[in-house]
Amino acid sequence: MSTLHTVNKSPFTDNCLHSCLLLCTNEDALLLIEDGVYGGTSQSPCAEDIRAKIQLGVSVYALKQDTLARGELQVLEGITLIDDKDFVRLSCEHQCIQSWY
Amino acid sequence: MTSMLCISRHTPSGNALAREALDTVLAAAAYEQDIKLLFMDDGVWQLLKGQQPSHINQKDITKNLSALPIFGVEEVYVHEPSLQSRGISRDSLSLNNVQLLTNEQTQALIASQQHILSF
Amino acid sequence: MNEIPLPELDNDGYLCNLQDWSPTVATILAEQNQIELSDAHWEVIDLVQQFYREFELAPASRALVRYVQQHLGKEKGRSIYLLQLFPPHPALMVNKLAGLPRPANCF
Repeated sequence: MSTLHTVNKSPFTDNCLHSCLLLCTNEDALLLIEDGVYGGTSQSPCAEDIRAKIQLGVSVYALKQDTLARGELQVLEGITLIDDKDFVRLSCEHQCIQSWY
Repeated sequence: MTSMLCISRHTPSGNALAREALDTVLAAAAYEQDIKLLFMDDGVWQLLKGQQPSHINQKDITKNLSALPIFGVEEVYVHEPSLQSRGISRDSLSLNNVQLLTNEQTQALIASQQHILSF
Repeated sequence: MNEIPLPELDNDGYLCNLQDWSPTVATILAEQNQIELSDAHWEVIDLVQQFYREFELAPASRALVRYVQQHLGKEKGRSIYLLQLFPPHPALMVNKLAGLPRPANCF
């Protein structure tokens, strides 16, 4: 069954996102929240890994409010910005949620 | 019965998460739930032998962890790449009845669960 | 014997400090709970204190039964045997008499 992974830490100081990408399978979804949204930007240390996951079919999202709040971020192509309602919907659609924090 | 996996990813002394993970697992076991425990990332430091947390006025989590089997928690897993990247060998773990998992095995374990508890 | 003042207890009747424990204290606590301590009781009380030294936790029901099984054998490692010694709730009562904290997750 598929898992929704949420990450709330910046990959510039924390390895949450790295660990998450290590264990995220192709059926899973990844949602970047809070400082986690920095991980989905073009200069992110995990940018290449995220692009590769998107290629493999992983759905990658970033919370819109958290992204907008942090200024003019260059969000990677293929990442979908979503709102809180979408977050709830994703939570319901997946069997489990693993919070990386 | 609902299958549950508790993932413990934080150091033993830096904050309360390690202890909260353990308390949660023991509580679930007391209710005779199907609960498993996985250590990964900095969570593997909890298993290192020779901790003397009395020096910083904390209780020894190692002794509590060794109580897992007697409290009915039989499945304890360790993410092996997390051990390797920290230079921790299996011999330096305080628990000897743990199963080491590769990335693929960890993915499969997570995918097989109905609930995940993240600590 | 009842003239010896009991050390400080918490709201549930457990010793606040393990250091206050003595066999005399255990005997008084047992009497207050209508239990007369025999060798069979002491054997389990000693074992529960050993459990606490080993794991730094007070055993809840299932852990108590398993530990007694491992150390005193199958005949004694049964809920019914422990219930006869420490009614009405063996895990709560034996921890209380042994001077240990109330076990977590024990109902």
